[in-house]
Amino acid sequence: MTFFRPSFRHPQLPANQAGYYLRDYEGGISTLCAGCGHDSINGAIIQACYELSLEPHRIVKLSGIGCSSKSPAYLLSAAHGFNSVHGRMPSIVTGANMANRELLYLGISGDGDTASIGMGQFVHAVRRNLNMVYIVMNNGCYGLTKGQYSATADKGSVGKKGEPNLLESIDLCEIAIQLGAGFVGRSFSGDKQQLVPLLKAAMSHIGMAFIDVISPCVTFNNTPTSTKSYHWVREHSEATSTFDFVPFRQEITTDYENGSTEAVTLHDHSVIYLHKKDPEVAVTDRRQAVDALEEHKEEGLILTGVLYVDPESEDTHTILNTSERPLNSLEQAELCPGSAALKEINEELR
Amino acid sequence: MKPIQSCNDLVIRFANVNGSGSASANNLFARAVFRLGLPVSPKNIFPSNIQGLPTWYEVRISEQGYLGRRGGVDMVVAMNGQTMHRDYAELQPGGYFVYDSSRQLPEEYERQDLVLIGLPLTNLCNEAFDNPRMRGLLKNIIYVGGLAYLLDMELEVLTAAVELQYRKKSQLIPPNLKALELGYDHARRHHQGRCLLTTRRRDDLIGDQILMDGNAATALGAIYGGATVVGWYPITPSTSVIEHFGRYAERFRREEGGGRLMAAIVQAEDELAALGIVIGAAWNGARAFTATSGPGISLMSEFLGLAYFAEIPVVLVNVQRAGPSTGMPTRTQQGDILACGYASHGDTKHLLLFPSTPAECFTMTARAFDLAERLQAPVIVMSDLDLGMNDQLSPPLNWDDDGRYDRGKVLDHDQLEALEEQWGRYRDVDGDGVGYRTFPGTHPSKGAYFTRGTSHDEYSKYSEESDTYLQNMERLVQKWETAKGLLPLPEERPAEEKAAIGLVCYGTTIFSAQEAVETLAREGLAIDVLVIKAFPFQQAVVDFIQGHEEVLVVEQNRDSQLRTLLLVECGLAPEQLTPVTSYDGLPIAARALVEQLRTLLASGQSTTTTVTQGGAA
Repeated sequence: MTFFRPSFRHPQLPANQAGYYLRDYEGGISTLCAGCGHDSINGAIIQACYELSLEPHRIVKLSGIGCSSKSPAYLLSAAHGFNSVHGRMPSIVTGANMANRELLYLGISGDGDTASIGMGQFVHAVRRNLNMVYIVMNNGCYGLTKGQYSATADKGSVGKKGEPNLLESIDLCEIAIQLGAGFVGRSFSGDKQQLVPLLKAAMSHIGMAFIDVISPCVTFNNTPTSTKSYHWVREHSEATSTFDFVPFRQEITTDYENGSTEAVTLHDHSVIYLHKKDPEVAVTDRRQAVDALEEHKEEGLILTGVLYVDPESEDTHTILNTSERPLNSLEQAELCPGSAALKEINEELR
Repeated sequence: MKPIQSCNDLVIRFANVNGSGSASANNLFARAVFRLGLPVSPKNIFPSNIQGLPTWYEVRISEQGYLGRRGGVDMVVAMNGQTMHRDYAELQPGGYFVYDSSRQLPEEYERQDLVLIGLPLTNLCNEAFDNPRMRGLLKNIIYVGGLAYLLDMELEVLTAAVELQYRKKSQLIPPNLKALELGYDHARRHHQGRCLLTTRRRDDLIGDQILMDGNAATALGAIYGGATVVGWYPITPSTSVIEHFGRYAERFRREEGGGRLMAAIVQAEDELAALGIVIGAAWNGARAFTATSGPGISLMSEFLGLAYFAEIPVVLVNVQRAGPSTGMPTRTQQGDILACGYASHGDTKHLLLFPSTPAECFTMTARAFDLAERLQAPVIVMSDLDLGMNDQLSPPLNWDDDGRYDRGKVLDHDQLEALEEQWGRYRDVDGDGVGYRTFPGTHPSKGAYFTRGTSHDEYSKYSEESDTYLQNMERLVQKWETAKGLLPLPEERPAEEKAAIGLVCYGTTIFSAQEAVETLAREGLAIDVLVIKAFPFQQAVVDFIQGHEEVLVVEQNRDSQLRTLLLVECGLAPEQLTPVTSYDGLPIAARALVEQLRTLLASGQSTTTTVTQGGAA
């Protein structure tokens, strides 16, 4: 939907700790359909970046192709963006991250872009535990090509065209957990209360932070019979826990009852406090995390929230033991061995 | 039939079973020849297999310095029962058949025009060595010792080569030296005076040249060129580019103290991702490259289109092998010229460099990073299996310490800060078709833009306006023109007398082509040679073609791909270029080429000519 956004902002809106206002995190006007879940997710990303006081130009936003992949144009104008080709965002992020490990990489993709054409790149970026936030805006269908089912559409779900989806669906969160992502979460575009802190925690995690956000397609897949509709998701989702994300240095003011709250400290010393329904389930246990997803699926429920965290997981740079300095900052003097070394090599080859 | 008699000019073929350890013995032999000061050109003809299939190693020694494949075999060392009869049958009349005489030769080996030289390798080996695993390997060294005597080589050169080869596993030196001596002594006692092929040390032929494979030189070029990010996927024959890069990175790119690596080498899930990694890194300000071969090029075509249109400086090394499809993965060809020149859908074209020697692999790869960044475009280094995987005699590698990396047009923080007018990523302010780049994270409020593979205006905003699209596409043509002034120029090698015939070649074809031209010159036929080094073609290429009555284009593919590219890009008439091709998967052979050119030029017909090389695999 194209509309005109007023440039006026309330004069008393506060700046964050880095001195930026919310509008500094905004982007171009969205051209997505009115009511599209993706726009709500963009709003949540903007809010999360603002609340974390990130410097907008130290964020890099990347995407593939599709409705979701247009999103980077609608947020963070001050950040460099890269709208690549279909399903290939993860490899572009891998290279970008290798070149400069100091920036925050925000990969935005869709269910077609990730679960079909980009499946190979997705799983391997996860295996590398690439330090990035990987957001899938998951609506179970291809929007730009007018509503074909995607690989995350649930079997039996019926979209606008009326024919049920006959194929098994892919659960990207389960795959991400199995393949070693250090942080995996699921949320709903209509649940900003949950989504913003989830994004903040993901952005604070070092390593692959994967978030699957169910984001109804109002045009092609918001029918009463679709399991990716606003109505269905509201009725059938259940959170693992409610949780608070407390960034490093922020004062902890709340008291939690012992036993029901689990605290997970991330690499940057920020903490996720999980207030759990079932104190026995540990989100730091890979097998329990997958079991919980499957158990809920059997009951016809979508499990949301923080699904799995391993704050100790090693990211790609650590695995490869690369320089702590950004590789793109190294100068010729350090990179080029020079003619004396070459003379030695020539000698070895005679 | 008289036995072939020749000094410092011969071809020996070793026929082995792959996985039997023959490679290091054969290599030892080639290196020893090199250390005698003789131009040597070893070619490994190997199967796509790890163990058990036939493999050949062909060593040419040429006092005249001819480094291409000659064609024809003067001596065969027949170590493979599977191919023994074929190896025997294909020897030239007067040739030498060296075999393991521990078993008698079967009756069907009845040629009268050969010299049979039996060395009881198995018996000698079993008598001298107890360790059964070592026996197989040392048997190979015994025949090298035998050859040393037969070819009149200085044994000290070989013993020195053994000591060097096993300097890190010194317990292997004594048995290897013993094996060398066994072979040498046996040949001396039983075959004195029988072999008329000889070698003699020369101190005036190879000067300061080195013996190196092209892939190692390419890797070193990437190190010297400042590459820090590598995305790659294993594929023969390009894999060793990355392996060598890793080894050189260990040597030159470890940080002091901490030992962290100043390079990220990422083995990707496929070639798509490999190039994606390179694009992401190059976009983010690191010098990055990948190496691949034909099938990888097909997969990378999508991303090459993105890099062309979004103008991202990637370096891609294509070590070509025989296609189509999986083709012959371990055989050489120059078969990807068109696929690389025009890779990807829509109007795309790419900058190509054609190295012929390891020295050029080194220089061109290092230079490719400058070109890519200056022109903000992919640069493809077009090597091939012959150049990449075989040891080549090459001028030494050379580096100018005063040269500085050309990082191209990049705005840093202060330049962005000082900007007064609005910056546009794709604005051509200098008239060369190249805009200014910025890297993420540089400046809080200036220089951010949205990179895209969709049509975009000067400010990188999405646009479906026809005028905007056309303007952008025309600017890319302008950039293409700019490239011609930056790429290496073709090298003219004029005949001694005025020539009406010209010959165009590139890459590994130049050695056999040059030899053929010199052979024909001795017969009174003058031909000028033009070695093409890059695409797009410069005016000098057009001038050369227009300046000759007839121009032959010699290359190693079926469809005369460079010729097609020349016709299309230089606006030539088809009859102006006569195709001459050799594409059976073996490096083009000089003798066969001479025959073809002779026939072709005598008949005066400009028809498609394919060099038939004959001979084993």
